[in-house]
Amino acid sequence: MIAFIALLARNRLALVGGIVLVLVVLLALLTPLLPLADPDVTNTSNRFQPLFSEGALMGTDHLGRDLLSRLMWGTRLSLAVGFAAAIVAATIGAAVGIIAGYYGGRTDNIIMRGVDMLMAFPYILLALAIVAALGPGLLNALIAVAAVNVPFFARNIRGITVGIANKEFVDAARLAGLSDKQIILSEVLPNVVPVIVIAMSTTIGWMILETAGLSFLGLGSQPPQADLGSMLGEARSALITNPHTSIVPGMMILIIVMSINLLGDGVRDALDPRLKSGALSRPMAATRVDRAHQPPEAEGKGLLEVKALETQFHVKDRIYRAVGGVDLHVDKGECLGIIGESGSGKSVTALSIMGLVASPPGMITNGAAYFDGEDLIGMPYGRLRDMRGRTVSYIFQDPLATLHPLYRVGDQLIEAIQAHRRIDKVAGRDKAIDLLKAVRIPNAEKRISDYPHEMSGGMRQRVGIAMALANDPDIIIADEPTTALDVTVQAQVLTILDDLRRSRGLAIVFITHDFGVVAQLCDRVAVMYAGRVVEEGTTTTILDAPRHPYTARLMACVPELGGGKRRLEAIPGLPPVVDKLPEGCAFADRCDRVQEGCREGNITLDRVGGHGVRCLYPVGQDREFAE
Amino acid sequence: MTGYILKRLLSAVPVLIGITIIVFLIMAMIPGDPATAILGSYATPGNVEKLNRDLGLDKPLVQQYVIWLGNMLTGDFGTSFALNRPVLDEVLERFNATLVLAGTAFVLCSFLGVIAGVISAANQYGAADKGITFVVLLGISIPSFFLGMMMILFFAVNLRWFPVSGMWPIYGDRTLGVLLSHLAMPATALAVVATGVIARLSRSAMLEVLRQDFIRTARAKGVHERGVIWRHALKAALVAIIPVLGIQAGFVLSGAVYIEIVFQWPGVGRMLVDAILKRDILLVQGGVVFVAACYVVFNIVVDVAQSLLDPRIKT
Repeated sequence: MIAFIALLARNRLALVGGIVLVLVVLLALLTPLLPLADPDVTNTSNRFQPLFSEGALMGTDHLGRDLLSRLMWGTRLSLAVGFAAAIVAATIGAAVGIIAGYYGGRTDNIIMRGVDMLMAFPYILLALAIVAALGPGLLNALIAVAAVNVPFFARNIRGITVGIANKEFVDAARLAGLSDKQIILSEVLPNVVPVIVIAMSTTIGWMILETAGLSFLGLGSQPPQADLGSMLGEARSALITNPHTSIVPGMMILIIVMSINLLGDGVRDALDPRLKSGALSRPMAATRVDRAHQPPEAEGKGLLEVKALETQFHVKDRIYRAVGGVDLHVDKGECLGIIGESGSGKSVTALSIMGLVASPPGMITNGAAYFDGEDLIGMPYGRLRDMRGRTVSYIFQDPLATLHPLYRVGDQLIEAIQAHRRIDKVAGRDKAIDLLKAVRIPNAEKRISDYPHEMSGGMRQRVGIAMALANDPDIIIADEPTTALDVTVQAQVLTILDDLRRSRGLAIVFITHDFGVVAQLCDRVAVMYAGRVVEEGTTTTILDAPRHPYTARLMACVPELGGGKRRLEAIPGLPPVVDKLPEGCAFADRCDRVQEGCREGNITLDRVGGHGVRCLYPVGQDREFAE
Repeated sequence: MTGYILKRLLSAVPVLIGITIIVFLIMAMIPGDPATAILGSYATPGNVEKLNRDLGLDKPLVQQYVIWLGNMLTGDFGTSFALNRPVLDEVLERFNATLVLAGTAFVLCSFLGVIAGVISAANQYGAADKGITFVVLLGISIPSFFLGMMMILFFAVNLRWFPVSGMWPIYGDRTLGVLLSHLAMPATALAVVATGVIARLSRSAMLEVLRQDFIRTARAKGVHERGVIWRHALKAALVAIIPVLGIQAGFVLSGAVYIEIVFQWPGVGRMLVDAILKRDILLVQGGVVFVAACYVVFNIVVDVAQSLLDPRIKT
């Protein structure tokens, strides 16, 4: 509770709202003790006194009554009626909701049908009908406002109760022989109360507003008794001649409702765990770049050259080093595989290149990515956007999530083309059909007007590839494009990619966790672990003679067809969490070859010819020594 | 599509019946003799007895309901005692005026709310976002009747930009321009609260959508950020926004009651309040049933719009 209030107090607006509300409520409670004039004593010779006049700080109304005193008493009444309506609505609504949710079946069905009917009314019609039947008056207005809000509470509480009624502890209570009444009171109710309180905190301002509204219409409090609404209603006829009699009660309603809303928002934010982690942040158009050092110069290796890339995620006070200094390069017509477990930083590396890492929380803190000598990292947005899809394009993992669900695939293809050149509709459509044909989608002329959900997973991924091809890019970065597909479809997609590479001279960066795919497609491969490349070389050398213990273990995880009885070895333990990377080799804790020195300093990627390995005691070395 | 619309229309029938039952039951709560309540202090014993017989109030409750429903289905909503005029005629005439006011306000709040929400989300935590958030908070906290009164004071009395109240001038032509000048303030005052609610919802719906994978795809294609926000994100966010527009239409219709009083707008809300104060029960009953039924129909339109937007909704 104290922690909750502390959390709430950190929200400055909520704090202000809370303080104002407490002050108003305190004043309303103390009103009978304050030295105020009698609010109902009329003095027509003294009517419409202005603000700050002698003996009446806020002036007087159309009957010469002291406005300050009437304001205080009116506030008291409005608050009382609003709170009462909220409590009545919450109590009845919760009771109805609990009964419906707990008993379920037909009881639930009938009750919720009724609730739905009530919610089919614009709320004021219901309130007006109730007041019409019962007659105008403050109590009847209270009943009307409470009744209108009962369905809202009933529906909320029912939802929560259904969840609780199926929990084990309720079953246990039932087995212990408790009656339904006892279970509801001792097991269900305590779990529902917090929800009731939250629902009340968000609706109470509304109820104060509504009761004031009915009084304003003359259907609530009747003279001489006045709440804020009826004060405003009575002052309306003198609005133009004596506006202060309207402004005083009106401002009070505004202050009360606004402070309640501020506080209510604060309560909701404090209780919503999704907001706590900052997960609801919107990713910006490009990843934030904040490089501490001057990026390293290009060495002119390959078409795309990534140098010392570091990408971090800043979540609250923690810094996750997802990519911790990666060097890569890929040449025209070449296919580079990046392989590693989930969380090894391979996808973040790939997304960093065109600034597609979600930011916040992502941030590129070091390094460069040279395309044809030009650094893509930190490039102005306009230039970066122009290069996206035209020079470097992406294929993503799950094609159902990565295609827009509400646009036809043809329109999404045409848009990809139009993002980079002017093309009319007919030509765009023809080009889109050509693209679909290029990725071997049968019946392309018809499929072009399909929505993504009307296609199979394999077809969708072909659309994803077609989209990446739309502007004849120089490089395609494929981020686990076959992971979500079944094996036969996977093989087809890989064949398409391989053919495209050979026929168009594309460079492909292929990210995967599957050595089989690497063997089939890639010329070179980089193995990533905990945000760094631990081994790199041509596919054949790495597959034949892996040198990093991690690579070797990773390959031992892959079952071999026809390989006979061989133990499948999972790697023990988990990859390190990248906000607390150990010193030295990140794999040390899981490595069976770990020796002294492995946990110290920075271990560099040592190259012998085209084969680099980041290990002090690589596999195969001892054999060489032994020979 | 036609099948979906038909299905949706059919599903409205039980709701409409439910509405009439609820209104009927509320009216059955009237303490004492309903005929006396309807006729008020002018009632003579003879009149009361005659009315009871005419309305079938001497019969059991279920039978009364069936008679009442049957009458309404044939267009007979009864006669207003205060106005001495068929209820349906009065309601239809007044509802026109409400439709003009609430319809304008609804279009206003839908557009402004969605646009404000999108701008707010696209500039999350920026100056525009903070400004919009504050205005929105003010908007949903201010009572619309108070706002209306302040607008009269400022724009009509001080600046003399708009007429103080009413829908038409007593003398002069009934042109569109005249109507618009009368409509500007009440429609704006009515739209403010709903604009705030819609802006808030649109902002959170947009933030939700902007984190989705297909937004990253659009960016990877090289689509300009404007296109990403207004074409890709907004279209997907509308799936969550449109149902709320349907709900907000109910709030706009409700708020119209206050605004019609403040601006002397000759709509159905003012008619209902007058009828309640005059104890003209049949007029209240007829007005409530009619407007509620219109609202149900409007929500069908919203559902159909939703299914047009989202092809995944199967008919």
